[in-house]
Amino acid sequence: MAAAPSPLGEPLVRREGREKVTGAARYAAEHTPPGCAYAWPVPATIARGRITALDTTAALALPGVHAVLTHLDAPRLAAPGDRTLAVLQDDRVPHRGWYVALVVADGLETARAAAEEVHVSYEPEPHDVRLTPDHPGLYEAELANGLYPGTRERGDFEAAFAAAPATVDATYTMPPLHNHPMEPHASTARWTHGHLTVHDSSQGATKVRDDLAALFGLGPDDVTVISEHVGGGFGSKGTPRPQVVLAAMAAQVTGRPVKLALPRRQLPAVVGHRAPTLQRVRLGASREGDLTVLAQEVTTYTCTVRGFVEGAAVPARVMYASPHSRTLHRVAALDVPSPSWMRAPGEAPGMYALECAVDELAVHLDIDPVELRIRNEPDAEPDSGRPFSSRHLVECLRQGADRFGWLPRDRRPALRREGDLLVGTGVAAATYPYVLVGGSAAEARAHPDGTYRIRVNATDIGTGARTVLAQIAAAALGAPEDHIRIEIGSSDLPPGVLAGGSGGTASWGWAVHKAATALVARLREEPGPLPPNGLAATADTYQEAAATSPYARHSFGAHFAEVQVDTVTGEVRVRRLLGMFAAGRILNPRTARSQLIGGMTMGLGMALTEDCELDPVHGDFTACDLASYHVPVCADIHGIEVHWIDEDDPHLNPMGSKGIGEIGIVGTAAALANAFWHATGIRLRDLPLTPDKVLERLSG
Amino acid sequence: MDSSNRPAGGAGVPRSAATGERSEVILRVNGTTYTLAVDHRATLLDVLRERLDLTGAKKGCDHGQCGACTVLVDGRRANSCLLLAVAQDGRRLTTVEGLADGLRLHPLQEAFLARDALQCGYCTPGQICSALGAIREAADGFPSYVTPDDARSGAPVELTDDEIRERMSGNLCRCGAYPRIVEAVGDVRGAAATGDAADTGSRGAGEAS
Repeated sequence: MAAAPSPLGEPLVRREGREKVTGAARYAAEHTPPGCAYAWPVPATIARGRITALDTTAALALPGVHAVLTHLDAPRLAAPGDRTLAVLQDDRVPHRGWYVALVVADGLETARAAAEEVHVSYEPEPHDVRLTPDHPGLYEAELANGLYPGTRERGDFEAAFAAAPATVDATYTMPPLHNHPMEPHASTARWTHGHLTVHDSSQGATKVRDDLAALFGLGPDDVTVISEHVGGGFGSKGTPRPQVVLAAMAAQVTGRPVKLALPRRQLPAVVGHRAPTLQRVRLGASREGDLTVLAQEVTTYTCTVRGFVEGAAVPARVMYASPHSRTLHRVAALDVPSPSWMRAPGEAPGMYALECAVDELAVHLDIDPVELRIRNEPDAEPDSGRPFSSRHLVECLRQGADRFGWLPRDRRPALRREGDLLVGTGVAAATYPYVLVGGSAAEARAHPDGTYRIRVNATDIGTGARTVLAQIAAAALGAPEDHIRIEIGSSDLPPGVLAGGSGGTASWGWAVHKAATALVARLREEPGPLPPNGLAATADTYQEAAATSPYARHSFGAHFAEVQVDTVTGEVRVRRLLGMFAAGRILNPRTARSQLIGGMTMGLGMALTEDCELDPVHGDFTACDLASYHVPVCADIHGIEVHWIDEDDPHLNPMGSKGIGEIGIVGTAAALANAFWHATGIRLRDLPLTPDKVLERLSG
Repeated sequence: MDSSNRPAGGAGVPRSAATGERSEVILRVNGTTYTLAVDHRATLLDVLRERLDLTGAKKGCDHGQCGACTVLVDGRRANSCLLLAVAQDGRRLTTVEGLADGLRLHPLQEAFLARDALQCGYCTPGQICSALGAIREAADGFPSYVTPDDARSGAPVELTDDEIRERMSGNLCRCGAYPRIVEAVGDVRGAAATGDAADTGSRGAGEAS
């Protein structure tokens, strides 16, 4: 086969871009089969208790209403592994917003009006949605998200901390945060001769297929789930969410295709959110800045429906050398909506707290915070003792500092005044694990016309998966990239892992690489003209995914920020934000840059604008829509820069890639909070840094 | 309903006859005229998406908070989730599907592609329609929050990057494509002077009003 220049690392334009800019790309709710009905869910209006009566008469009397599903008559489902999917199965209300009924009607307007006519009576029970540092329900979690141990101890924390010449002891808090992908969770379901087909807005259709099959007592071949275009997810579509189960039930009951797009205001209660955290960080060091002791103790909540522990203390086990360490998670099960994955679960809140504490230590010791971090660079992963497969944090810090113009820098705070503005700079490090979240399978086929077809159930949630998989295939086949056809986004394809954990490309790409390599071998063994159907090879990476590595494998990064603080309005604005990353080989710099900028933008929201609370009286989130929950807007973003180090790591996968979906968010909030301190001299340890808090501290 | 907002410059009493809770309206979308009976409660967004199968305009919030549903109504951008379809009788509507000239993309669509000003793509049609409206508003002398106080009233406003950021802030993008969106709109602002970019596409613009 003629060698083509390897397209790996080329900034190719995303393949589905044209469909997206013309409006031709169809998302889950944009399929309208003939006779399609529309569903509208009814959320519970109490925070805990049970349903005592449901009056659906008025709703059913409206012309055009086909059905109202409730726990009294909805199809019985097999018990799910994830109990948030056990919708309309019993009379329990575990949290406010839990779905208690579903209306199905001819049109959206009728379905919505009928949902207002469903009258539900409850027997409320006292509820508790308030996370406090001394909550009596707190217990030490055995496991944190990602199956990491909840608690790790090394050395003798108490003694070492007591003996440390320089210490920091600070507590950082963050509210619940919401993923809010632009496309609300949606499903269009239909049953045809016992086969269930669903267009679902999901980060992984194979898992949705498997879960639906189990819930409805079907074989996997009886279910097809299609997630062709997905309008973002950021973790909230990582596993099936209630809408897909509800749509499938409604289609089963009515015998019609049913479309269900969740209303934006209902999303916070039913699709998962980042749990709030209270994090106490204690650092002890020598006067020269050698860390001797580190503790990060995380207090958070889970719900009563299933367990989820935001693993915010996990990244501290990776970052800095310190002979004595304690990292643990305390969690209480409250009557709250189910928390779940939100971009860099664990790392984003955990590194916010840790990296602010490191900054506080640097200030305490009057050491440059870049130098303090470099001084505490470990030889091996502190928690496990395993060598790093690659670790270029020092290079990220140094090169980032150079590009940002970090030095010269007067370390004293609150000195740079421009009229009403105070200006400052800050730095933070970032880390995110390389995780092969699971194996994937792929098929590669050579056609007689010289083209190739790659089939793998990858999901493109905005990452450019199609494009990068074509690049991987082209490189392995030695074929021009434009000769490769990519089929993704359907559970009928060879199974793939979800687009999550920054691990999609590694898993799908490895399978594609393996199948393409096998195809090349087969084409060598069977020379001559191809049969009309071409020749194919399949491969999977289940073995590779199950293998353990002797290496600690993580991405690293360094974030630098310059902020201005308006002393009159309390407004914090970002002048510059620079990210320098070491994340293995970057396979497509164009789409990679976009993802990294996107992560940093979400981190900016976490630091400055995104805020929500649980109302203790009603048990509801206080900011449910996009008018009250402030995600960053265009005018918030100035001077974002992204750079990376060409990192060659042979211990990952054939592409040498680590994954880039999450590292961008990780260090952003700490860099901004540290810059805020440098600007003002105020340590505000409670995100987000909104004007109300800023003004209070500036005047105090 | 979320809103009973009437669009600016109301069309007066609809020509169409009311039939119970539905009325017949004539919707002119991307140069095509549709006559259909719409539910009085139906938003323009839902009629476009569910009745006319024009799913380019997206539903992100249904409350006028995210801008994903932005379309052009008589050449001005509007959140179609806040407009009742029944009130759009006779208006000239342009959606993202009406921007390209056959296979030739609109310059803004080209610029969004070239700059990678999108990721998941869900906000993209609204961003592009909004950019088109913003370019025209600036050309027509509409000031924004960041327009200098001493700018001459009614004179075309130069679309600086700050003007673009400000004027595009009604369109949320959770993937964080903002810097690229500013670049993409910036690429086209030069063309705005010649009138190319403010063209709502040959189909939409070619229609007699």
